[in-house]
Amino acid sequence: MTLEDLRQRVEEFLATHDPATTERLEFLRARYDAGLAWVHFPEGHGGLGLPQAWQPEADGLFAAAGAPDNNPNSNVIGLGMAAPTILAFGTEEQKRRFLRPLWTGEEIWCQLFSEPGAGSDLAALGTRAERDGDEWVVNGQKVWTSSAHLARFAILVARTDPDVPKHRGMTYFLCDMTDPGVDVRPLRQITGEAEFNEVFLSDVRIPDTQRLGEVGQGWAVATATLNTERVAIGGRATPREGGMIGLVAQAWRDHPERRTPELHDRLLRLWVEAEVARLTGTRLRQKLAQGRPGPEGAAMKLTFARLNQQLSGLELELLGEEALRYSDWTMVRPERVDFTSRDAGYRYLRAKGNSIEGGTSEILRNIVAERVLGLPPEPRVDKDVPWKDQEK
Amino acid sequence: MSELNLLYTDVEDDLRSSVRDLLTDRCDPQAVIALCDGDRSMVAPLWKALATELGLAGLLVPEDRGGAGASAREAAVVLEELGRAMAPVPFLTSAVMATTALAATEGDLIAGLAAGERTAALAVPLSTTPYGAIPAVPATDGRLTGTVTSVAGALEADVLLVPAVTGDGLALHAVAATDAVRVPVVSLDMTRQLADVTLDGAAATLVVADAEPALRRALGVGAALLASEQLGVARWCLDETVGYLKQRRQFGRVVGGFQALKHRLADLSTGVDSANAAARHAAAVLAADDPDVELATAVAQAYCSDLAVTAAEEAVQLHGGIGMTWEHPAHLYLKRAKADQIAFGTAGAHRARLAGLVDLPVAP
Repeated sequence: MTLEDLRQRVEEFLATHDPATTERLEFLRARYDAGLAWVHFPEGHGGLGLPQAWQPEADGLFAAAGAPDNNPNSNVIGLGMAAPTILAFGTEEQKRRFLRPLWTGEEIWCQLFSEPGAGSDLAALGTRAERDGDEWVVNGQKVWTSSAHLARFAILVARTDPDVPKHRGMTYFLCDMTDPGVDVRPLRQITGEAEFNEVFLSDVRIPDTQRLGEVGQGWAVATATLNTERVAIGGRATPREGGMIGLVAQAWRDHPERRTPELHDRLLRLWVEAEVARLTGTRLRQKLAQGRPGPEGAAMKLTFARLNQQLSGLELELLGEEALRYSDWTMVRPERVDFTSRDAGYRYLRAKGNSIEGGTSEILRNIVAERVLGLPPEPRVDKDVPWKDQEK
Repeated sequence: MSELNLLYTDVEDDLRSSVRDLLTDRCDPQAVIALCDGDRSMVAPLWKALATELGLAGLLVPEDRGGAGASAREAAVVLEELGRAMAPVPFLTSAVMATTALAATEGDLIAGLAAGERTAALAVPLSTTPYGAIPAVPATDGRLTGTVTSVAGALEADVLLVPAVTGDGLALHAVAATDAVRVPVVSLDMTRQLADVTLDGAAATLVVADAEPALRRALGVGAALLASEQLGVARWCLDETVGYLKQRRQFGRVVGGFQALKHRLADLSTGVDSANAAARHAAAVLAADDPDVELATAVAQAYCSDLAVTAAEEAVQLHGGIGMTWEHPAHLYLKRAKADQIAFGTAGAHRARLAGLVDLPVAP
């Protein structure tokens, strides 16, 4: 199938499903069934087995026709992480059950990976899943879970064998968040709001049919999930002065009375860096479109985190007295997260998370050093020690 | 508008291989170090091989005037390789800048440059920016008198392209190198040795009248493509340092396994990849004759010139004592990177230009 054929398919679909008169959910489900949801997915699962780079073409035609979208920002974990992992490791039955309502946004997903005692060292996690007939019984605590209070399902990694070294004793599950043993509590952060949650799991029962991959294969499955996350971060196309730099540049233009040579110098240095980061992202995307994915997404995220932090800090200095006021410390639970939303004070505080979430900048530097440059790995003293015998 | 390709095409990859193979054979690092002691015997044969065997002298000259008709994208790939090997040849000064200044001309000079039979240099200080005043000497009755300092490529050239002030404004004149006094300068970067050029009533031929646009264009293209040379310099520094730290052992371990060093190299690698995007973008914009060219040039220079210096400084530091020696080539890259940072304007000069281009003025 050529790109032209794809365009024709979309046009034909739009001709039989008028976006103006078709009910939203009906439209989205039909779009999925026509293979026009994520065109790189296989036929029968919302796609046509086409190159991922062709997706923007389909999205553009739907948007131009005024078609409803699946509100992708409200299901970031589902679309960016759960779906590719289910596609790669799921059974046919799992793909049929979960992928369509995930794509349409009928079912929101969250991620139950990190724990209080397992952050950067995710493989140290201690949430236990024990087999009970055709079910697994899960007990433990997860943390930093965005959207847990909105999610219908979660991707979950739990320890199924404590007697082997940590990387070998984990299994990956699809967990129903409506199970009575799931307790979601908001976790308030430095911005005042609670974007994420703590999730307590007490005798949560998961049918074995919702195990993803083999028992003990959880680390390989989780690694696949985390890799798709970093590709997603590097994969966005942005216009010049998009994101944080646009806000800071606008603050400069709006406040001639605040201009000093020192602020000007810092602004221009960061403007150059933001523009180069944008071009680096474009280049990375072009590489990925040629099917040459690598660990470079880690480098992109390092730059993104540093620039967001420096820019949001500069913005406060540019605003002067105005920056001494904060919009609102009231505890709220936002439905979606936008780093550039709200006021400059929020942006400054929220950006501090950019170098922690999705892999700390320190861990990402290790990844670049080891997987891009081939330098020796960090010493792993606990590599061959059974999980139950490790110091916790 | 379709997105510019920031990767390398197969043709560009092939060109890179040809240049790299030739440099591996004929650009011996020890001979390059000997340049610093005044032995320039390697320069002429190396340039002849690149200029004529690979046809690089006429790479950018249109086919109807005897060149290869290639674009800035290909010239950028060549400069990456020349920077990587620290090749002391006048590709940037003659094949890029002189041919760009003469782009609108026809005749023996451009044909001679395209064929690699002649080599030219723009007689301006290497530090001249594309944005400021262009230094020029006075012209009287077709004869030029005056001194131009710190000219790159003059020692390798047989013809000098001299900006001169005439009754009708700025004009570009050709002067035979033998009619000028060229005093070699003890240069910070001896792999691109400068010369002070003195003209004493030298006979000159007018080649471009009303030459300011052509001169700014030549300086701008030089600056835009210098970013690719800086990328080549930085990439060598990174690769060489990573290679060394995988071998070097202290405290019973390969030192490249220490996290303090791994993190520095990870940051450098991230920077070099960013420089790659910036330099590639500037070349692609030039090749596409995109209106963004001034902005892309200023961004590429503002980023790549500092990054190359950082890479070279990290290379010296992370090599430890060996990085301070005359014997190890790291110092060549440090000196080139620092000189390149000043060539065609510092990063600060390019940022100042950018401020005007993107509406971020310093004054209210």
